[in-house]
Amino acid sequence: MTSELDIFVGNTTLIDEDVYRLWLDGYSVTDAVALRVRSGILEQTGATAAVLQSDTMDHYRTFHMLERLLHAPPKLLHQLIFQIPPSRQALLIERYYAFDEAFVREVLGKKLSKGTKKDLDDISTKTGITLKSCRRQFDNFKRVFKVVEEMRGSLVDNIQQHFLLSDRLARDYAAIVFFANNRFETGKKKLQYLSFGDFAFCAELMIQNWTLGAVDSQMDDMDMDLDKEFLQDLKELKVLVADKDLLDLHKSLVCTALRGKLGVFSEMEANFKNLSRGLVNVAAKLTHNKDVRDLFVDLVEKFVEPCRSDHWPLSDVRFFLNQYSASVHSLDGFRLECGGTIWAHCNLHLPGSSNSPASAFQVAGTTSVHHHAQQFFLYFQ
Amino acid sequence: MPGKLKVKIVAGRHLPVMDRASDLTDAFVEVKFGNTTFKTDVYLKSLNPQWNSEWFKFEVDDEDLQDEPLQITVLDHDTYSANDAIGKVYIDIDPLLYSEAATVISGWFPIYDTIHGIRGEINVVVKVDLFNDLNRFRQSSCGVKFFCTTSIPKCYRAVIIHGFVEELVVNEDPEYQWIDRIRTPRASNEARQRLISLMSGELQRKIGLKVLEMRGNAVVGYLQCFDLEGESGLVVRAIGTACTLDKLSSPAAFLPACNSPSKEMKESPLVHPPSHGCRSTHNSPIHTATGSRLTQNFSVSVPTLIYTGMGSGSAGKEGGPFKALLRQQTQSALEQREFPFFTLTAFPPGFLVHVGGVVSARSVKLLDRIHNPDEPETRDAWWAEIRQEIKSHAKALGCHAVVGYSESTSICEEVCILSASGTAAVLNPRFLQDGTVEGCLEQRLEENLSTRCGFCHIPYDELNMPFPAHLTYCYNCRKQKVPDVLFTTIDLPTDATVIGKGCLIQARLCRLKKKAQAEANATAISNLLPFMEYEVHTQLMNKLKLKGMNALFGLRIQITVGENMLMGLASATGVYLAALPTPGGIQIAGKTPNDGSYEQHISHMQKKINDTIAKNKELYEINPPEISEEIIGSPIPEPRQRSRLLRSQSESSDEVTELDLSHGKKDAFVLEIDDTDAMEDVHSLLTDVPPPSGFYSCNTEIMPGINNWTSEIQMFTSVRVIRLSSLNLTNQALNKNFNDLCENLLKSLYFKLRSMIPCCLCHVNFTVSLPEDELIQVTVTAVAITFDKNQALQTTKTPVEKSLQRASTDNEELLQFPLELCSDSLHSHPFPPVKAVTVEKASPVGDGNFRNRSAPPCANSTVGVVKMTPLSFIPGAKITKYLGIINMFFIRETTSLREEGGVSGFLHAFIAEVFAMVRAHVAALGGNAVVSYIMKQCVFMENPNKNQAQCLINVSGDAVVFVRESDLEVVSSQQPTTNCQSSCTEGEVTT
Repeated sequence: MTSELDIFVGNTTLIDEDVYRLWLDGYSVTDAVALRVRSGILEQTGATAAVLQSDTMDHYRTFHMLERLLHAPPKLLHQLIFQIPPSRQALLIERYYAFDEAFVREVLGKKLSKGTKKDLDDISTKTGITLKSCRRQFDNFKRVFKVVEEMRGSLVDNIQQHFLLSDRLARDYAAIVFFANNRFETGKKKLQYLSFGDFAFCAELMIQNWTLGAVDSQMDDMDMDLDKEFLQDLKELKVLVADKDLLDLHKSLVCTALRGKLGVFSEMEANFKNLSRGLVNVAAKLTHNKDVRDLFVDLVEKFVEPCRSDHWPLSDVRFFLNQYSASVHSLDGFRLECGGTIWAHCNLHLPGSSNSPASAFQVAGTTSVHHHAQQFFLYFQ
Repeated sequence: MPGKLKVKIVAGRHLPVMDRASDLTDAFVEVKFGNTTFKTDVYLKSLNPQWNSEWFKFEVDDEDLQDEPLQITVLDHDTYSANDAIGKVYIDIDPLLYSEAATVISGWFPIYDTIHGIRGEINVVVKVDLFNDLNRFRQSSCGVKFFCTTSIPKCYRAVIIHGFVEELVVNEDPEYQWIDRIRTPRASNEARQRLISLMSGELQRKIGLKVLEMRGNAVVGYLQCFDLEGESGLVVRAIGTACTLDKLSSPAAFLPACNSPSKEMKESPLVHPPSHGCRSTHNSPIHTATGSRLTQNFSVSVPTLIYTGMGSGSAGKEGGPFKALLRQQTQSALEQREFPFFTLTAFPPGFLVHVGGVVSARSVKLLDRIHNPDEPETRDAWWAEIRQEIKSHAKALGCHAVVGYSESTSICEEVCILSASGTAAVLNPRFLQDGTVEGCLEQRLEENLSTRCGFCHIPYDELNMPFPAHLTYCYNCRKQKVPDVLFTTIDLPTDATVIGKGCLIQARLCRLKKKAQAEANATAISNLLPFMEYEVHTQLMNKLKLKGMNALFGLRIQITVGENMLMGLASATGVYLAALPTPGGIQIAGKTPNDGSYEQHISHMQKKINDTIAKNKELYEINPPEISEEIIGSPIPEPRQRSRLLRSQSESSDEVTELDLSHGKKDAFVLEIDDTDAMEDVHSLLTDVPPPSGFYSCNTEIMPGINNWTSEIQMFTSVRVIRLSSLNLTNQALNKNFNDLCENLLKSLYFKLRSMIPCCLCHVNFTVSLPEDELIQVTVTAVAITFDKNQALQTTKTPVEKSLQRASTDNEELLQFPLELCSDSLHSHPFPPVKAVTVEKASPVGDGNFRNRSAPPCANSTVGVVKMTPLSFIPGAKITKYLGIINMFFIRETTSLREEGGVSGFLHAFIAEVFAMVRAHVAALGGNAVVSYIMKQCVFMENPNKNQAQCLINVSGDAVVFVRESDLEVVSSQQPTTNCQSSCTEGEVTT
């Protein structure tokens, strides 16, 4: 006696969350059944393995049919074939578009091309995530990228509108898309300590402040590309390190303000010029695509690592950076001689930010010696 | 020219890409009705076209309106080659033809293609302007309402129940026409779909005409089936019960309804037929009539008459004359009718007087011997013959009517088994004839005398019994005789007193048969049939005893014929009726008592059986002694229930002794084990696993003993096909396989629905078919309904208290709210007493309602949710409007079976699509639920070698609008008690 056909169709489509997770994780039916058996479901319900097998197959079939709709979530809401309560629909979508931290760290900043897709089996072996799941996640990234690539308006809003994701997940996707578009290098060994959350945080600030969209949210713009003109203007910051007087003045301003407040004051004082030079150079180089990609690598090399070697606590780094950018305003020479053009530019491009004190290129790196987990963020106002 | 049909095509969405180059589609729509076709403009390059067409107007006869479906075809325009069809939508406009139903059909319909399935949706608006037709010789029957529901629909009142209507139409099956060899599968499927749609329209119209002739205005319990006879044609046949229904506009309308069943009723056959208990006579089980031959064709008729559990002696002193009178009256009412059959399974209280038992008849026919295959005469004659037989069986049981009547066929190649079954019954003529207030009172008086047990009393003469039966005095009234076991095809009457809960009982059986041709084959089958009936019966009886119960309701025996085997599957809901005696145990006896180890084995088995019985009694909460004695068992000649209650308590001691006596006298049911076969039987008895805790199942509308339903429902269809390995083809192995198949299927259902616990699977409907030599297909449709566990627990803890309460509430109801009660209790009151308990307990609003309110509100608030249920009601809700019948037929075919996920993937998708199309039609009619939904056919054929499969599905149901009780309350919070009471009852009603 062999089972030829075995189906169950409910008027309201049954969704088993556990099985859905197994399916998303890319387990085959056999593996899923084995995992479910291990979870002790048989004992709880008194079912047999055959029942479990049939149940799992059934759910897999349903998910397989739903997958086509999940590729364009608004379709799921309007289709008539599966009657699913709205809360369940939201759950299906959210789970389908959820991704693994380990996986996203591997692909972040890479071009979402066929070539990358070919490497997925390596990633799968490395991360222990099934190839199927890797493919799904990769395809999700790519799909979202393709849809919002050419779209105007807020990146997060676009993603939310077209994929019906929760706010949080939409932000993450915005970060992924942003990184993929700008091809930021995130895979270097030096950057391994940074989590996806750290990058997502940076991405959000960069989208807010560095992109065309940030410059003029009304007009033909996109949140995906960096504002070229702005990057060009950053070159002029070089004066901060090139002009010796200015550099000294800046240093003394920062030191005065921070004296007694920093635990690592002496190290800071000793290293000020190096740090400042590092930051400004990173900023000034951003006109080249290659250097844009290496932004994070450079920042870690030029700023975070020196700080770390001196055992700066997190709070001190924050203090320093705030003061570093704030002090720039008080630089008379900076403001009068050459700063004028920069600020003019900046103000020109940032009509909405007039109420906030214009600060210079600000890099805030935070290091936590204790946790060895560092986070840095950069933003420009 | 009495009608104008207007159609507007609004828009499309999610269309498939038809032009690979642009990834877009240039869609336009053809609207066809009869021979007229209109077209919309081509909407270029869009997957979401907005046609916004003008109103297309068809001026047509109402005859055509009834027969023809509106056909909407969506096509992709192609400048150079032929336009490609995207898919079609068939819309049955029948619901627009009666005034109270829908006025407009408007909504998104899935565009369906028989090869590709659903491909996008189209928004259509349809209206009909009907002109009054003065022609009295008209051929149309517009305005006759059709209901699939096998009870009087919720918001109607039956003025008259006229009786049986049937019709049958035949046509050549397009699949077997010569042209099929040259046309595409799509064309052939569409021809078939269209033809069946046309034929069912015609059938409905013809039945409507018959109803009008009878002066009725509706058909209730309408059951339409099609038989794919193959070469000899395609038959669409339908049966139903003609009625005159009155719409209840407000609760007040109930009053006149109940008081004046009206003079017209004299004509009505609304007589209570007592159904006969089928008697499972172990000794003389079956009456096999001789095979009869129809004139021009070969046929074997195998009329088997099984009387199970018959029993009511018409013992009472006044019973005799009364019964005679009753019979007389009934007879006169029913005599004019050719067939006093009723397809209803639930009735207004008081309608059913006695129940005799199940009557059934089968007949084997050869399809290739039909002389005029295109004419319906031969089939008409076949069915007439069978119905005649049923009628005579009913007569033999002292009954004049058959209720819960149904017909079915099973076809394999050229052999066809026709089956009919029903419950012989005596109906109440007084109820019909004296339709005055007086009558109503009398009625109530009588009810008080015999309520809750009356229907169990035997309708036949005790001294002249049609078969040997074991009769005892009714355990309720002590006046009349009852059988020891009662089998029926109807739902449990609402006023019956049941102890404990019910459960699904199935008998399963396979018999091998030699492959043979023509007459030899037919003869072989008809020789096997009586044995199968007998065995199915024995199995049912054994299982019933094993459960400690004494009555079966909703019995449905299905015999399926295949190339080399016959399958029998009987499903029913077992209950313990308080009026019937406690079932004796099962005794096992060995034939060779000398062998010591054998003896030991026997006693071991006996012990196991006794344990199982005890366990089942506990499981289903069957603890009759106290209850039956204290509350039910009173003799009460007085009409006042309150006094009855007191009396019963005082007299209980007497009765206990009496009861004990009868217990002592009772013969135990003896199973003889004399060969391995019998051993097998006993084993199989014990292998049936009870559902996991928190689950109950039944095949009737409502689970006896559970009444606190909450509003979550889940209707589902499950299909399984197994392939038998040809090696193990012995009867036993076959039986085991079949048994496992059904048991596993049930287990799977319990597992799948575990999140709904505590819940009950209601209306579990199994269908078996044998699509090929070694394939067995089982299709199950049922609905899972959740219920409130706390309430249930309470009930179990204090059964006595509850029933006391029940009785007293019942009383108070009667006294306090005579008017309101009248409205509900007399008409549609499935569980009046129990419901009342809930109401009573909760202060003004009621516990039950609160629960309902807390249930997922999303179902109601979300746009477009359509509930589907095989039941005639929706728990926790009130049906406010019937929008018309849904009767749809679909064919799906694939030539890329593997790519679509194999047979399972293919059928899964198809069934999901069918559900979607049903929901879309209901939503377009303005409804939010389908009740009495049934999947009448699911014919699946595969050819994996060719990578092909085909499936035909036929579904039907009633589209309705329902309102949640919680919403109702808000509207009318002025009279909370009355209101919620009525709404509760309405919602839970089974009728």
